[in-house]
Amino acid sequence: METQTIASQEIAVESPAKEITGSAALLEALIIEGVSTIFGYPGGAIMPIYDALYDYNEQLKHVLVRHEQGGIHAAQGYARTSGKVGVVFATSGPGATNLVTGLADAQIDSTPLVCITGQVFAHLLGTDAFQETDVINITTPVTKWNYQVTDANELPEVIAKAFYIARSGRPGPVLIDITKNAQIQKFKFKGYTPCNHIRSYRPKPIVRPQFIQQAADLINAAKKPFILFGQGVILGGAEKEFAAFVEKSGIPAAWTVLGAGAIPTSHPLNVGMLGMHGNYGPNVLTNSCDVLIAIGMRFDDRVTGRLDKYAKQAKVIHLDIDPAEIDKNVKTTVPVWGDCKETLPLLTASIEEKTHPAWLQLFHDHTRQEIEQVIEPELNPTTDEMTMGEVIKQLNELTKGEAVIVTDVGQHQMVACRYAQFNKTRSNVTSGGLGTMGFALPAAIGAKFGTPEKEVVAIIGDGGFQMTLQELGTVMQENTDIKIIILNNRFLGMVRQWQELFNERRYSFVDMKSPDFVQLASAYGIAGKSISDRKDLPSTLQEMLAHKGAYLLEVIVTRENNVFPMVPQGCSVSEIRLK
Amino acid sequence: MEHQEGKQEFNITVYTENQVGLLNRIAIIFTRRKINIDSLNTSPSEVGSVHRFNIVITETEDVVRKLCRQIEKQVEVLKAYYHTNEDVIWQELALYKLSTDVIAEKVSVERLLRENGARTVAIRKDYTVFETTGHREETDNLLSILQPYGLIEFVRSARVAIIKDSEGFNAKLREFERLEPGDEVIENEFLNEGDQVFTM
Repeated sequence: METQTIASQEIAVESPAKEITGSAALLEALIIEGVSTIFGYPGGAIMPIYDALYDYNEQLKHVLVRHEQGGIHAAQGYARTSGKVGVVFATSGPGATNLVTGLADAQIDSTPLVCITGQVFAHLLGTDAFQETDVINITTPVTKWNYQVTDANELPEVIAKAFYIARSGRPGPVLIDITKNAQIQKFKFKGYTPCNHIRSYRPKPIVRPQFIQQAADLINAAKKPFILFGQGVILGGAEKEFAAFVEKSGIPAAWTVLGAGAIPTSHPLNVGMLGMHGNYGPNVLTNSCDVLIAIGMRFDDRVTGRLDKYAKQAKVIHLDIDPAEIDKNVKTTVPVWGDCKETLPLLTASIEEKTHPAWLQLFHDHTRQEIEQVIEPELNPTTDEMTMGEVIKQLNELTKGEAVIVTDVGQHQMVACRYAQFNKTRSNVTSGGLGTMGFALPAAIGAKFGTPEKEVVAIIGDGGFQMTLQELGTVMQENTDIKIIILNNRFLGMVRQWQELFNERRYSFVDMKSPDFVQLASAYGIAGKSISDRKDLPSTLQEMLAHKGAYLLEVIVTRENNVFPMVPQGCSVSEIRLK
Repeated sequence: MEHQEGKQEFNITVYTENQVGLLNRIAIIFTRRKINIDSLNTSPSEVGSVHRFNIVITETEDVVRKLCRQIEKQVEVLKAYYHTNEDVIWQELALYKLSTDVIAEKVSVERLLRENGARTVAIRKDYTVFETTGHREETDNLLSILQPYGLIEFVRSARVAIIKDSEGFNAKLREFERLEPGDEVIENEFLNEGDQVFTM
């Protein structure tokens, strides 16, 4: 990911070895890496770093969150909208363990983060000291790289590696654990040089021209080719290259949840969303296409459904920067290893300009069926109670697809992803792989810091909101201008839907009581309103968007609505149900 | 153990940087998938800063290929290869400790040891240590032979394997190190200084 520009290596501080503390060296390093915002929470073992931060207040904006999990989700939101590396500070022990969910989330969704945790003094390691936890071993499975610094002399090089690893190749979270003695220690700081090479690490596989040609041959001969695209296009900053490929090839393209926005929702060749709650055509026609071109996506089980009945008739071309993804779930006919920013233009140059009107029409035919049976009743309901879909539809009309939409996890997430309009890349922020409830509120805070010029709307369920609602305190303190829409169905809706469909309506612990959300917002000095009547929806949404500063809108929606279409677990994508 | 269909022993060879924590990073790639590691050897290669792992697991080739890609994905891993038993020459080393008296008294033991290619490593007044190298069946065989003669202690090493088709490995590795020498491993120097530090 090259969106974050490093002000070249010459910037490295030249002064011959001034004596500074490890903490100061860390902050100097962050500034040279272009970091402007840190999400964090202080504590005993990271106090020397916070003490140093006191003097860097002008250059480094620190956002005090209310819980470390909120801090890391905020950093994720920041990274996802800005394309920069998100930075988190947390203390040792519980501070560090509270990061684990966010690390796992960032790891599976390939989000670049550098997390700095304080650690007890090096001589106390392994003694069960106060707030000591083995954070390196706890976080090894959920980090791209981690390292423990016990001597300040190591710091500049380690921080440089951390940023390089986090943002290069397939991005991911990095955690650096710094013992307290290293934070205090004065050492000869010889300057900071950003890293651009590690001898054992190959961020990008070498592009092999013969595979580009084989892929082009398959595409040129295809009668019913189909493109699946994921977040890889966005992470590679290859939106333009991707659009050029789609437009020249004339191939219908469908997106994974994290790929949304890589080309605009309204693009004529954008045929919709893949997966369990994706659109009808893209799912059904996966099993009719003759060539499947997967770009920067990883064939997650929520996308493929039953693997032994997935696109068996098709030749598969897989473009990915991570060689471990090739053949992991779906056997590839032609593997196109590499950064899609490099491989897509090569492929575009080798293919013939074409259109596939009859094949594209098939997608439209399926869309028509889906509109009749699913979309129309969801967006223009005749019921008394509101649906989640109509809220999104109204929001689209007001934001015109220009807003950053941050979603939590569950029914509202699927509805928002299905119906929200995305004109711009990096405007869909959601927890895709890990499915972390409680993600949206803190991620929205970070998303706003990442793109202050954009409207940021968080869409959250009543369940997920209560997992991280303490971050309203952060919104209050920072005057973060985010709009929060709680779609309240008074259930843990997605689990309830499964219980209805697969467990004979045995509603086991999904009935959820909530506080008065508007009063709660008010306690934090945040404006808010709750509506349950359709006629209030447009005006209240307008009021919300016009409001200067944060606003919480609760919309009471129908209780037992289901998200359709649905590929039931264990079924093939072509067995997708419309009801 | 009877193997499930398509499963067989694979020898995974991994070249890595010498870094604290890397063993865990590699081990969890197996444990995450509930795959047992049959044998694991790790030690410096001919290049000091590069370590070589020999890992033996019983799995299908498809699974092993994916595991190797996950291993190679780790930042500090240089390269991972996998080979069937047919593709490698391998050995395990075993040490056997017996009472010197028993060996001195029973002529048959001496003969059995000789027949099984065991070498004497140490002779003391009260015990003697023998060593054999070979495949698991061979070291196991001698173990069962010596069992009735008052075996005191037994230990076996992990498997080390040489790849039959490894043309140029040594030269490449040395050239790699020459072009860009590896970092020294940094350990915690402060562990034994606890008494000298006052902290709160």
